[in-house]
Amino acid sequence: MAFSISVNGTTYEVGAEPETPLLWVLRDNIGLTGTKFGCGIAQCGVCTVHVDGQPVRSCITPASSAVGRQITTIEGLSENNDHPVQQAWIENSVPQCGYCQSGQIMSAAALLSRTPEPTDNEIDTAMAGNLCRCGTYPRIRKAVHRAVEIYQGSKA
Amino acid sequence: MDTQTNTKMKLSRRTFIRTMAGAGGGLVLGFYLPGANAAVVAPKPWTTPTDGTEINAWLTIDLDGTVTIRVPHTEQGQGALTSVSMMIAEELDVAWDNVQAVFADMNRHVNYGQEYVVTTTHGSQLVRQQHPHIMQAGASARERLKVAAAQAWGVSASQVAAKQGVLSSGRNSANYAEFATAAAEISLSQEPTIKTPDQWWLLGQPTPRVEVPVKVNGSAHYCIDTQLDGMVYAAVKCCPVPWGQLKSYDFDTIKDRTGVICAVEFKALEGKTFTSDMQNGVAIVADSWYRAKTALDLMPIEWDVGPNGNASNASQAAEAQRLFEVTGDVSNEVGTDAIGKIDRSENSLLAEYHRPYETHARMEPINATVSVTDDRIDVWSPTQDQAAPIRIIADHLGRDPKEIFVNTAFLGGAFGGNGGGATAVTKQAAEISNQLRRPVKVIWSREEDVAHDKQRPPVYTRLQASLGESGLPEAFFSRAVWFSHEGVVNHGPATADLSIGNMPYQVPNRRHERHNVAAHIPTATHRAPGANQNGFIIEQFADEMALEGGWDPLEWRLEMTKGLEPWQRVLLKIKEVSGFTTDLPKGQGMGIAVVEDHGSICGTCATVSVNQRGQLTLEKLVQVINSGYMINPLNGAEQIEGAACWELSHALYGGLDLDNGHFTNTNFHTYNLMRMPQVPEIEVHFALSQDGWWGGMGEPGGPPSPPAVANAIYFATGKRVRSTPVSKHDLSWS
Ligand code: FES
Ligand code: FES
Repeated sequence: MAFSISVNGTTYEVGAEPETPLLWVLRDNIGLTGTKFGCGIAQCGVCTVHVDGQPVRSCITPASSAVGRQITTIEGLSENNDHPVQQAWIENSVPQCGYCQSGQIMSAAALLSRTPEPTDNEIDTAMAGNLCRCGTYPRIRKAVHRAVEIYQGSKA
Repeated sequence: MDTQTNTKMKLSRRTFIRTMAGAGGGLVLGFYLPGANAAVVAPKPWTTPTDGTEINAWLTIDLDGTVTIRVPHTEQGQGALTSVSMMIAEELDVAWDNVQAVFADMNRHVNYGQEYVVTTTHGSQLVRQQHPHIMQAGASARERLKVAAAQAWGVSASQVAAKQGVLSSGRNSANYAEFATAAAEISLSQEPTIKTPDQWWLLGQPTPRVEVPVKVNGSAHYCIDTQLDGMVYAAVKCCPVPWGQLKSYDFDTIKDRTGVICAVEFKALEGKTFTSDMQNGVAIVADSWYRAKTALDLMPIEWDVGPNGNASNASQAAEAQRLFEVTGDVSNEVGTDAIGKIDRSENSLLAEYHRPYETHARMEPINATVSVTDDRIDVWSPTQDQAAPIRIIADHLGRDPKEIFVNTAFLGGAFGGNGGGATAVTKQAAEISNQLRRPVKVIWSREEDVAHDKQRPPVYTRLQASLGESGLPEAFFSRAVWFSHEGVVNHGPATADLSIGNMPYQVPNRRHERHNVAAHIPTATHRAPGANQNGFIIEQFADEMALEGGWDPLEWRLEMTKGLEPWQRVLLKIKEVSGFTTDLPKGQGMGIAVVEDHGSICGTCATVSVNQRGQLTLEKLVQVINSGYMINPLNGAEQIEGAACWELSHALYGGLDLDNGHFTNTNFHTYNLMRMPQVPEIEVHFALSQDGWWGGMGEPGGPPSPPAVANAIYFATGKRVRSTPVSKHDLSWS
């Protein structure tokens, strides 16, 4: 029951049933706890990670389906908190309790990599799967726009 | 892996305090936070982050001038770390960038003199009520530094200035750190008084919360992230109908599954239902949580649901209708014979409102990690009082509180639910770890969390009023029926008609009654208890009275609160900034509401549109808050915004459905909360009385938001929505 997966550029040997959700492999087998558990049924988004650049809900993604693919978690988004989304999140003091924010940030980062200049509607749609019980939504919206500016500034 | 030290504390209190740095007990997982702009520092034990000198329990000063402030409250995103640090830095007078916050040691607090005075973190009270003793700690440290310098320099303390970390007198000058050791030995003949708001240099400045950077890269440690060597995991199921019995379970069917270790039974304790609130149930322990949870779900379990298996929303509604006709406890009475005057009036109105059960649904599901050994116990518990697990476990396992160490982590939300709310899971983890003598992490699935959270009590309220010549109410009568758990007196009668019984509207004859019905569903505080339920009720009925009497809702409120400065200030600010009007085309509406909560007055103006098919869009919320004073407007505005989303979630989409004694809602697909597309633009304004009184900030933003929206819906559609969730109502119009 062992398989190997690649997370944030490192390969890990994992001893778990292949159907084990990626979330629990990340948290309990590998020890990357930045990805959170909220619902287990793809309703809240706190477990969002990237698999080959696409945002997925790791709580319903069998770990075995990620074998041979590149998994990125919040810990792998940047070395120094300097991903444009993280910078924008800090500038706007987005997180409150912070528990949902790994998922929010991973969803926002994925949105910006496929839609570099999203409209409010596109932001709403892309972020609709991420609940925030603290109600940081208005600042998330602002911060996504700010991240666009940071991206563009860094390209200029 | 977490750091574990085996240092056992055997020092007298006096020696202990003197030699604090590095010697405190603690398997510690504090974290170490820089000032506003510094880089993120990884979690580190709090008892060893500094070689600095402890001046008092609240702070140490390092040789390099870094001031470490120990915060005895929990951080659930409401800004405790920042607020406490700001208050101490204000008095101590040190540059904000040289300040770092750590969580204080609860073992020391509980066992050695309760030096932090208050460790609970609830009731929007941290700044409002605790600022005197917190600021005192900073002021006292500053004065002791001055005395120490004065003694060395041969001058009087009044000739020494303390500013931004530097002591000076004439040509003498030194950093605080140079006199920290001497200051620690000094006792003052008289304690200084704390600063008045006009003397503040840091308080009142918009200051980013210090923990934000560790919350954007996954490094912030929540209880659920705790990992210990040899740790096992437990998944839990308790009787779906609270207080029902566990009849049987068949462990044999799952015991051979990979990783499964054992089953542990829990028993609800008779007669101690609130404080010892474990329900009857069973846990499966395994070497991973996923294996434990999967096995538990496969294990046959039989319950005896007991006498409450028929309770439902419908049975409560019927009980409320019956009690509407029965005299209740009087919570407030003004003038005379309000009921008689209404009965005899030709111009009266009556309405019935209802708010259902709601659940806290913190994004971090309830969990706890406990490690019991022969000589010490370590706990990670997401409680709003970090001192509480020491007492709870000492009591439950019969152990010496001195052996119990709490490791404070961030809370993934709390909202009033993690006072008693974390008690059950902490006991569950303690029991399992005590049996196995291994560290155990118990996580409730979301389904277990929804089923066994302590819920927000539902309320049914009948209101009546009669209007006089001017169209203003002459008599007012309310009767509330409130269903809270029998043991929870403080969340029962006192909150059943809060915001109604004490409404600001000066009706000459009023009578307010309530029935507190004991129900089997455990209940607890839930952000703005009472005010969130009842704000929706009283503030819509205020509009009903105003409109019936021919008044504009905003002018009516100004008239009815005449002479009440804090209220007038809020209402006038709304008038100034919101553009409130009742004159909009059908399908659009603006609504006003204003509610007092935890000492602050908050007003909302909501703008909505509703299309003919009944689809509601929240266009904008303008929030005006009067909390008397405001130590951090940035954090304050964040709280007001967040609290509005919180209560709009319940009012628009939430509501638990009780049927057959349990809730049919199980997870976020059946308990709906506000999501990004539904969130309006929110604008926050401050209108501060600065008049000697302080109000709270964590909760007051919620209560006026839903009634403002509902009042706006009325103007848009002509439909009055008297129960929640609004999503269950047909708002279509033609
Ligand atoms: S935990 Fe995966 S979506 Fe909620
Ligand atoms: S910041 Fe607390 S749930 Fe989003």
